[in-house]
Amino acid sequence: MASHPTARGQRPTPATHARRALVLGYLFFLVVWPVSLVVTRTFGDGNHLAAALQDPAVVFAVQMTVVVAFWAVVINTVFGVGMSLLIVRYDFWGKSVLNTLLDLPLSVSPVVIGLALLLAYGPRDGYFAPVLDAIDLQVIFSVPGIIMATAFVSLPLVIREVVPVLQEIGTEQEQAARSLGAGGWQTFRRITLPSIRWALVYGVVLSLARSLGEFGAVKIVSGNISQQTQTATLVVEEKYLEFERGAAYATSFLLTLIAVAALVIVTVLRPKEERV
Amino acid sequence: MNPVLTEPTGTTRRRRPRQKASTLSRPAAIGLGVGVTWFSILVLIPLALISFQAAGGGWGVFLETLGNAQTASAIGLTVRQALLVTLVNVVMGTLIAWVLVRDRFWGKRALEIIIDIPFALPTIVAGLVLLSLYGPESPLGVNVANTSHSVFLALLFVTLPFVVRAVEPVLMELEPEVEEAAASLGASTFTTWRRIILPSLAPSIASGATLSFARGISEYGSLVLLSGNLPFESEVASVRIFSYIENDNPAAASAVAVILLTVALAAIVTLNLISQRVTRHG
Repeated sequence: MASHPTARGQRPTPATHARRALVLGYLFFLVVWPVSLVVTRTFGDGNHLAAALQDPAVVFAVQMTVVVAFWAVVINTVFGVGMSLLIVRYDFWGKSVLNTLLDLPLSVSPVVIGLALLLAYGPRDGYFAPVLDAIDLQVIFSVPGIIMATAFVSLPLVIREVVPVLQEIGTEQEQAARSLGAGGWQTFRRITLPSIRWALVYGVVLSLARSLGEFGAVKIVSGNISQQTQTATLVVEEKYLEFERGAAYATSFLLTLIAVAALVIVTVLRPKEERV
Repeated sequence: MNPVLTEPTGTTRRRRPRQKASTLSRPAAIGLGVGVTWFSILVLIPLALISFQAAGGGWGVFLETLGNAQTASAIGLTVRQALLVTLVNVVMGTLIAWVLVRDRFWGKRALEIIIDIPFALPTIVAGLVLLSLYGPESPLGVNVANTSHSVFLALLFVTLPFVVRAVEPVLMELEPEVEEAAASLGASTFTTWRRIILPSLAPSIASGATLSFARGISEYGSLVLLSGNLPFESEVASVRIFSYIENDNPAAASAVAVILLTVALAAIVTLNLISQRVTRHG
């Protein structure tokens, strides 16, 4: 009769210890040990990080990643907050279909995303190639395409965080503000934005982590040209395959650092949101 | 979508009773227009073009691509490994969620971060770190690189959080009193699990499993370094699409992509049906 031994202060049974050990062992071998190796391989035999930061290809790629992720996150934040407000606050034809479609990017393979953008905006036989030629805009094998691919993969993350909070807070405060004469923008800035701010921060941090780490879609649309369209994740692959393992691990270390920092920020923020 | 549509009184057209009228104000309607346009440019049109490309070649290209033994084997391997990994996730994910919710020990908070690492870590880095521990230079002496086991391992890593994160909130809501009551009435641990706990968790396990499967069949980044992409051994569907693109064969790439998209869509629809059922019964 001990299915939940530690609940309500009961003494742990052998079954509890067995479950705990199994879970800890599983996570250690699947996640903790492998991920910790990125640190030992970067600093184990000399400081590969310092060397990698002297490598122009690595430096360029890291800068490129930061710029691309910044724009993708900005686009997704504006789009995400707007869409969340529309979905929660209004009724319109096709809303449930739109709602379902907005989740699509999370389930589509990055390679398929790359292929889709290539078919639409490819320079030679892309569907929109004539239009892009006319306005002299190169999307594929260039920065706009990389930003689009990155925005695509992380599109639903802000929406998924903001929508539940908007649903929960309801419209009473907004209606009160409106009845006291506040305009639409003022109501949003003074009432709506403060109440969704933690959800928004959470969504932005997740989008940022996802954007910095995108690989498959970017590999296809960028053309993977060193020091022109190469992002940090692409450099990891190239350096590894070129037997510059140190540089590959050092770049991975930077990416891991950002990913773990993002998770820690989010975990620290979560209880705060619940306490308010 | 008429922006000023409020009450269509006096019209002869009959509205279906369940359909709600549009409540959009004019600025909201403009916003919706801009949003949907961007969404179409970025997501809907490009994805639709894949279907057109695949359909444009006719059934011939479709059947030829799927008839290719290497492609068929890649799709088979992908679906098989994704199902296998999902099965492991159903068991281990539920167990991990159980320990996170019901157990108390020092450092449990760190586990919450560890569970989410596969979400946040770039997939190429995931592949690299798994290769470091389970590749040719493994400190454990285990080398799965370039085998189908490497596909299993990579998918296991990237899909770890899905079932855990789906089950955890439901488990938190579950009252231990119900289980105590069942136990005090003489139910064994097994009976309590089967009759009380499992039915409450089943929908969330199913939705986590769906997400895990959808992610599994579409994985690419974590496999490129680890699996070696050997035809008939460790080459997955995404890698197959990638080589079709590189060989300038978008029709064949689209055919394989359409299959992946169809499976992903089916997974989403299943997920929606499950969550609707939960809402109805909840």
